[in-house]
Amino acid sequence: MKRRAVLGWLALSGQLASASTEELRAAILLYTGGVEPKPGGVQIDIAPLVENGNAVPVTLRVDDSPMRPDDHVQGIALFNQLNPQRDVARFSLTPASGKAQVATRIRLATSQQLVAVAKLSDGSYRSQAVDVVVTLAACVE
Amino acid sequence: MARVLITMPAEARRGEIIEIRCLIAHPMETGYRTGDDGKRLTRNIIRRFRCFFGGELVFSAELFPAVAANPLISFWLRASESGELRFSWEGDEGFSQVETRVLTVT
Amino acid sequence: MKLAFAAVLLLPLLLGASASRRSGYDMMSPALQAMQRDDGSNPAMLWADGGRALWQQWACGKCHAPAAQSMSGVAARYPAFDTALKKPITLAQRIQQCRRLDHGAELVPESEDLLSIGAWIALQSRGQPAAPPTDERLRPFRERGQILFERRIGQLNLSCAQCHDQRAGAKLGGSTIPEAHPTGYPLYRLEWQGLGSLQRRLRNCAAGVRAQPWDWNSEELVDLELYLMQRAAGMPMDAPAVRP
Repeated sequence: MKRRAVLGWLALSGQLASASTEELRAAILLYTGGVEPKPGGVQIDIAPLVENGNAVPVTLRVDDSPMRPDDHVQGIALFNQLNPQRDVARFSLTPASGKAQVATRIRLATSQQLVAVAKLSDGSYRSQAVDVVVTLAACVE
Repeated sequence: MARVLITMPAEARRGEIIEIRCLIAHPMETGYRTGDDGKRLTRNIIRRFRCFFGGELVFSAELFPAVAANPLISFWLRASESGELRFSWEGDEGFSQVETRVLTVT
Repeated sequence: MKLAFAAVLLLPLLLGASASRRSGYDMMSPALQAMQRDDGSNPAMLWADGGRALWQQWACGKCHAPAAQSMSGVAARYPAFDTALKKPITLAQRIQQCRRLDHGAELVPESEDLLSIGAWIALQSRGQPAAPPTDERLRPFRERGQILFERRIGQLNLSCAQCHDQRAGAKLGGSTIPEAHPTGYPLYRLEWQGLGSLQRRLRNCAAGVRAQPWDWNSEELVDLELYLMQRAAGMPMDAPAVRP
């Protein structure tokens, strides 16, 4: 079972903001052009416990989009909390995509929070946050 | 020319939504690592991936150093008609590569 | 009744030692197992595909039947005894020999080309059991390999056996200690972000216990590989694998 921690924006802004969390919020708002994403509606599939942060499989998806010209997911972006920089990847989709789902492999420097943001064709944004624990390799070449 | 592995069905029924997986050999050097001499290793990553169908952009990705080496990108495409898929990767140090595949739609 | 009870107790022995051995694949997370299983996402396949291209480019087909037939089972029975050199050699050394003698080309250890052709050839044995040759001439070398495996080395004064025989399954830092079977090599190690050979891994291990790493293609590394393959006899080959 993939663990998904739903973190509402209320909860996020209510926390004592560390520098990285502030940067994370800033990176997300840069992507959305200042629009607050609504929590939910986009999923991050990633193992909750990662044995090696060098290549972590992750799938991002918006399950309920018909992907029609008048109603589709235009983009999905992934952000992180504690890597050297906040952006991970930004994907742009079209109605021809058929399904709003992308997958890749990412690097995670340490245990941290990841946030996915989906941009919808009606101008709205959805977001989802997940916490990942990364155990680091003992023997580094 | 970097090695590329593209996994997708050669044929699909009209309207079927198919998965396309593109794997390319590339170090995706982050720019945050230091070499044995203590000097920072220059960033060298693929920054953009695009997929065109029949000349039209259907999918693209902007990649940052947090994407793992030898990047895998998986996305989906609704098969509408037979045609040529063009995949392009661009990045640092003038990296540029194009691959094409034919999709037959029945 | 007593007979049945005794049979159950002896079941692990009856099934053979392979029943209790676990490969690195068995001990990985489900996400990494999925990465290895899928040829379209296994990064090691980039090298195997490169090897396929080299096989054509070098016209290996002039002497060898198509790789799927001629190379099937080959990786599973190396290291093998080389009569001319009077000692065992690894598959990589055999490929180097072939390129040197028949084509006048020198393949450098751990080079992209040698790794690629090695991955392509090893792929042809995928799923087959590791089958170290019963050649009696290999015995003294294998025994030397076992002695090396059990000898403490380095500033940390540790032997391979202390971790990989006695503590396999336990944790070293954040990593699970594997049993150290060679069936997946050459493999894509996430730590390397690239493909590497068993020799590279063994040299890392030596460096890890602060010992002087053995030279590429040294007798120590070949003897160790010979012993490791015997230790893994019967386990399925799964090269080119993925490991953390």
